Amino acid sequence: MMEAQLLQFLQSQLGTQWSLIEPVWPLLWSLMKIVAILAPVVAAVAYLPYFERKVIAYMHVRIGPNRVGPAGLLQPIADALKLVFKEIIVPTQASKVLYVLGPIMALAPALIAWAVIPFDAGLVLADIDAGVLYLLAVSSLGVYGIIISGWASNSKYAFMGAMRATAQMVSYEVSMGMALIVVLMISNTLNLSEIVAGQGRGMFAEMGIGILSWNWLPLLPMFFVFLVSGVAETNRSPFDVVEGESEIVAGHMVEYSGMAFALFFLAEYANMILVSAAVSILFLGGWLSPVGFLPDGIWWLIAKISVLLFLFLWLRATFPRYRYDQIMRLGWKVFLPLCFVWIIVVAIWMLTPFNIWQ
Amino acid sequence: MEFKTLVFYVLAAMLLLSALRVITAKNPVHAVLFLVLAFFSAGSLWLLLQAEFLALVLLMVYVGAVMVLFLFVVMMLDIDVARLRHRFWSYLPLGAVIGLLIAVQMALVLGGNYFSADALPGHSMPADYSNTKELARLLISEYYYPFELASVVLLVGIIAAVMLTLRARKDTKYQQPHEQVAVRREDRIRMVSMAAEKEQPSGTETPAEKQGGQ
Amino acid sequence: MGAMKEFVKSLFLTELFKGLSLTGRYFFARKITVQYPEEKTPQGFRFRGLHALRRYPNGEERCISCKLCEAVCPALAITIEGEQREDGSRRTTRYDIDLTKCIFCGFCEEACPVDAIVETHIFEYHGETRGDLHYTKQMLLANGDRYESVIAKNRALDAPYR
Repeated sequence: MMEAQLLQFLQSQLGTQWSLIEPVWPLLWSLMKIVAILAPVVAAVAYLPYFERKVIAYMHVRIGPNRVGPAGLLQPIADALKLVFKEIIVPTQASKVLYVLGPIMALAPALIAWAVIPFDAGLVLADIDAGVLYLLAVSSLGVYGIIISGWASNSKYAFMGAMRATAQMVSYEVSMGMALIVVLMISNTLNLSEIVAGQGRGMFAEMGIGILSWNWLPLLPMFFVFLVSGVAETNRSPFDVVEGESEIVAGHMVEYSGMAFALFFLAEYANMILVSAAVSILFLGGWLSPVGFLPDGIWWLIAKISVLLFLFLWLRATFPRYRYDQIMRLGWKVFLPLCFVWIIVVAIWMLTPFNIWQ
Repeated sequence: MEFKTLVFYVLAAMLLLSALRVITAKNPVHAVLFLVLAFFSAGSLWLLLQAEFLALVLLMVYVGAVMVLFLFVVMMLDIDVARLRHRFWSYLPLGAVIGLLIAVQMALVLGGNYFSADALPGHSMPADYSNTKELARLLISEYYYPFELASVVLLVGIIAAVMLTLRARKDTKYQQPHEQVAVRREDRIRMVSMAAEKEQPSGTETPAEKQGGQ
Repeated sequence: MGAMKEFVKSLFLTELFKGLSLTGRYFFARKITVQYPEEKTPQGFRFRGLHALRRYPNGEERCISCKLCEAVCPALAITIEGEQREDGSRRTTRYDIDLTKCIFCGFCEEACPVDAIVETHIFEYHGETRGDLHYTKQMLLANGDRYESVIAKNRALDAPYR
C-alpha cells in the first residue's frame, strides 16, 4: 500500500527520469524497508547500554551517568566517539582475516534476524512461513562470531571464552528449540504473524482480557525456560561466563579494541533486544493489547520488549555469575527434561476435550 | 539474464569454491569454516528453489550445531599437518577414481529419465504454496512410519553415545548441587551443651597442656 | 516435611524472587550519590590532606629540624636537612615531601613536637609532571601561610582529644 503510494509520487515527481530508477526499484524499496527497521533497532542498541547503566545504578542506590548532556543522554554518543577514534590493535600472531571477520559475524545475525519479526499485523519485512525456524537458525549463527574471534585472537583467555561460548550457546539452543516446539504445537504454524494472531483468539480474548489468552499462561514453564535460555543465549549475566571478567578477563573480546570491540558490544545488546522481541511475539502476544478496550498496535510490542529488557538488566543487577558446570547442568538436566515433560503434557492436553487451542 | 539466474551462479560458484577450499586449506580451522560457508551457500541455493524449510533446517542443524561442535573439536586438536600430507600422492589415484565414480553416478542419476529436469514438476506453484506445510503433510501422513523409525534410530544413537562416554570411575568425586542447595544448618552443626570451662589456677598444668607443651 | 518445603522453595525459585524483590525495592530507594564537584561530603577536623608547614604568630617558622617526622615516615617521603642559624637556633635548610610517596597516614603530624608539619583539609590538588608533586619547604610554608586560620581552628577542635 505504502509502496504503491510512494511509487506514484516518485513517478509524478521524476517524470522521465523514472525510467532510470525503475530497474533497481525493487532493490531500492527493499533497502528502504531494511533501513526503516534497522535504524530504530540500532538507535535502541546504542541507548540500551545507557539504560542499563542507569537501571543498575538505581538498583545500587546510585544515579548513573548524568554528565554528558541532560541526564547523561549523550553518553552513548560520547562512548561511540571514543571507540571510533581508538586504534584497532591486531595481535601479531592473530589470524588477520578471521580476526576482523569475528566482530562482523557476531553483529550480523543479530541484525538480519529482524527480517521476520512482525511489528504489527502485516507490518513485517519478510512474512515467510518458516519464520520461527529462520529466527532459530539465524540466532544460532551468532556463536560463530565468538568462536572465530576467540580462535583468531591467538590468546588463551580469548580461546577459553570461545570454548565456553560454544558449549553454552549450543546447549541452550536445544532447550530454546524444545520450548519453541510446544509453541508450534499449539499455534499450528511456523509463521510468526500467525502465532501472534493465534494468541488473540480464545475464551479470555473474547471476554476482553487478552493478556490471559496469550501463550505465557498455559505454557508458563516453557515461557520461563525460553526466557532464561534467552538470557543464557545472549551470554548475559548471570550466564556471562563467556566474558567472565573476573576469571578470563573478557573472553573472546580480550584482544579487541576500538570499533571492533564496540561491534561485540553492539551485538550483545542487539541480541538482547532480539530475544526480548522473540519472547514478546511467541509468549506475550506481540502487538496485541492486553485488555479488550485498548487498541492493538506496535506500541504494545515496544512496551513488551522494554519490560523484558528491563528484566534482563534487573537480573544482571541481582544475581551473581553461575558456575560453569551449573550452567551446563541447568541446561541439560533441568530445562531439557522439563521441556520434554511439557511437550507430552501439552500433547495430551490437546487431545482432551479441554483443548483450548482449537 | 534473469536476476535469479545470476544469484544462482554466484551462489553455485561460492559453494564450489568453498568446497574446494575445504580440502585444500592448510589450516584445519579454516577448512571447517569453509565447510560452514559451503553449507551456507547450499542452504541459499535451496532457498532459491523455494525449499525454505530445508534450507533453514540445514542452517540450524549443520551450521548452527554440528559445525560448531566440529569447530570446537578441531580447534582443540593438535594436528600435525605435515604428517597428514605424508602419503598424499600415493593415495591420490584411489581418491581420484572414487571421485570420478561419484561424479559419473550423479551424472547418470540426474541425466536419467526419473530425476531429470524434464521429469520433475515445474515451478508452477500457487501463490499460497507453503513448502513447510507440504513437507509436514507428507511426513506425518505418507511417510509417517519411516519418519518415526528414523527418530527411533536417532534416539538409539543418542543413548549409545551417552553410554559410551558414561564410564563412571570409582575414584571420581562429583558434586551434588541439589544436596548442596538443600543442606540445612542441622545437617552440619551439632550443638553440644556442656559446662563452661574454668581457667586452671597457674602452676597446675592440665594434662592437655602438658602433652602439647612437650 | 522440611524436604518437601525445600523442594517447593526451589521449584518456585523463592530465593531468586526474594533477591529480585530486594533489588527492585532499591530501584526506588533514595539515591545517595554525592555529585562531587558541586556537592561535597563533610570533612572532619582530623582530615589528612595536603601537607603544610606552620609558623608562629611572629612569623618564625616552627620546624626545629628534629627529624622525628623523617624518622617516623613509613613511606620515606620526607627528606630534611638542617643547620644552625646565626642566632643559634636550629632550622631546616631543606624540607621536602614527595607526595607521590606519601600515604597520608598522619604520623609526621603526630610525631612533631612543635606542631610544625600538619596535614590540611585540602585534597584537591594535582601535578602535571612528577616533579609537581615534590613539595619543597617554600611550597609547604606557603601552604601553611595560606590555610593558617583553618589549620588553627581544626587544631583547636582536636585539642581536647590529644
